[in-house]
Amino acid sequence: MKTLIKEFTKGIIKENPTFVLVLGLCPTLAVSVTVANGIGMGIAATFVLLGSSVIVSLIKDFIPGKIRIPCYIVIIATFVTIAEMSMKAYSPVLDRALGIYVPLIVVNCIVLGRAEAFACKNNLASSFFDGLGMGVGFTLALILISAIREFLGSGQLLGHTLIKGFEPIFVFGMPSGALLVIGLLLGFFNFLKNRKT
Amino acid sequence: MNIQEFLTIFISAVFIYNVILSRFLGLCSFIAISKETKPALAMSFAVMFVIVMSSIITWFVYRFMLLPFNLTYLRTISFILVIATFVQLVEMVIRKFSPQMYRAFGIYLPLITVNCAVLGVAVLNIDMFFLNGKQVAGSFYYSLFQGICVGLGYTLAMLLMSGIRERLELCNVPRALKDFPLAFIIGGILSLSFMGFSGFKF
Repeated sequence: MKTLIKEFTKGIIKENPTFVLVLGLCPTLAVSVTVANGIGMGIAATFVLLGSSVIVSLIKDFIPGKIRIPCYIVIIATFVTIAEMSMKAYSPVLDRALGIYVPLIVVNCIVLGRAEAFACKNNLASSFFDGLGMGVGFTLALILISAIREFLGSGQLLGHTLIKGFEPIFVFGMPSGALLVIGLLLGFFNFLKNRKT
Repeated sequence: MNIQEFLTIFISAVFIYNVILSRFLGLCSFIAISKETKPALAMSFAVMFVIVMSSIITWFVYRFMLLPFNLTYLRTISFILVIATFVQLVEMVIRKFSPQMYRAFGIYLPLITVNCAVLGVAVLNIDMFFLNGKQVAGSFYYSLFQGICVGLGYTLAMLLMSGIRERLELCNVPRALKDFPLAFIIGGILSLSFMGFSGFKF
């Protein structure tokens, strides 16, 4: 039980997919204009991560080593299609906002990376918690980035105005703002790490 | 199908909606392989070739297999499989016929499979040039041309970025900002300058 909790929590801080492993940045940067989009993307990616980790760890003994990557990709693509179709059906607004970045979860390096580095070597329970932890870590990172961008770019959080009379800095709502925010955040985390050692 | 349409595709794919700087596709390779100009250029050409070929193949797959049999929901799965197989094939052919080129490309070729720019362009082509389950006139040529233009935009961004980062090697930067963080900040400033192109909207 203790190791399972460790598998879960390592994805949130120690091996955070966005800030420590620096993986899967395309969706992180593209959809983080508002917090609502960020949460939607995080949930979709967590679902795919969880599903693919569980399936890969279940059938790892039947997959021949040489063609394992195509097999993983098919499993991942299946879960992405499920996520895509349910999003279209239940939340068309979110689907329009996320656009082509939903099918692009297939090529998100985090998902394939976890299948290749963890799920194909570990049993069902630890793979489940590893996938869940990575997904939660990814979602939290998305929420952090999108909260900074939404607040600075439009003066709002989840659509509510926070400070009256705050003049929004439009550049943070633009693509360049995303790159600046993640660059500065990575630098900040590096600074904290350097000071500790 | 007219010249104006092609010009619009060219300017919007290369400048206004540059794959890397505005759509964030292929960002991993943009950050990881832009330390020196030479590998950056090799990667750009490899990506461009694969994007062009895969936009041709995926167009045929969508038009003649998925559309007639009402299988459009299999778009993501079939496209990624076709792209992965194609990249593998290219790798085998290059290794057989030109070991020199194979060494030059090195590990970049297999990496292209998971480059979001390739799948992104394929999905974008389908979204833009197939309306309500029907192809628009000349959609094949538009898809092909958009593939070429996106490849050009990718090369342009890679070239700019690697040139800047080569010079930065000699500069003294704060320890916390070294490597990744600084690369992102430079990318942000580049993207800011590309925003100027959004002035000419069509």
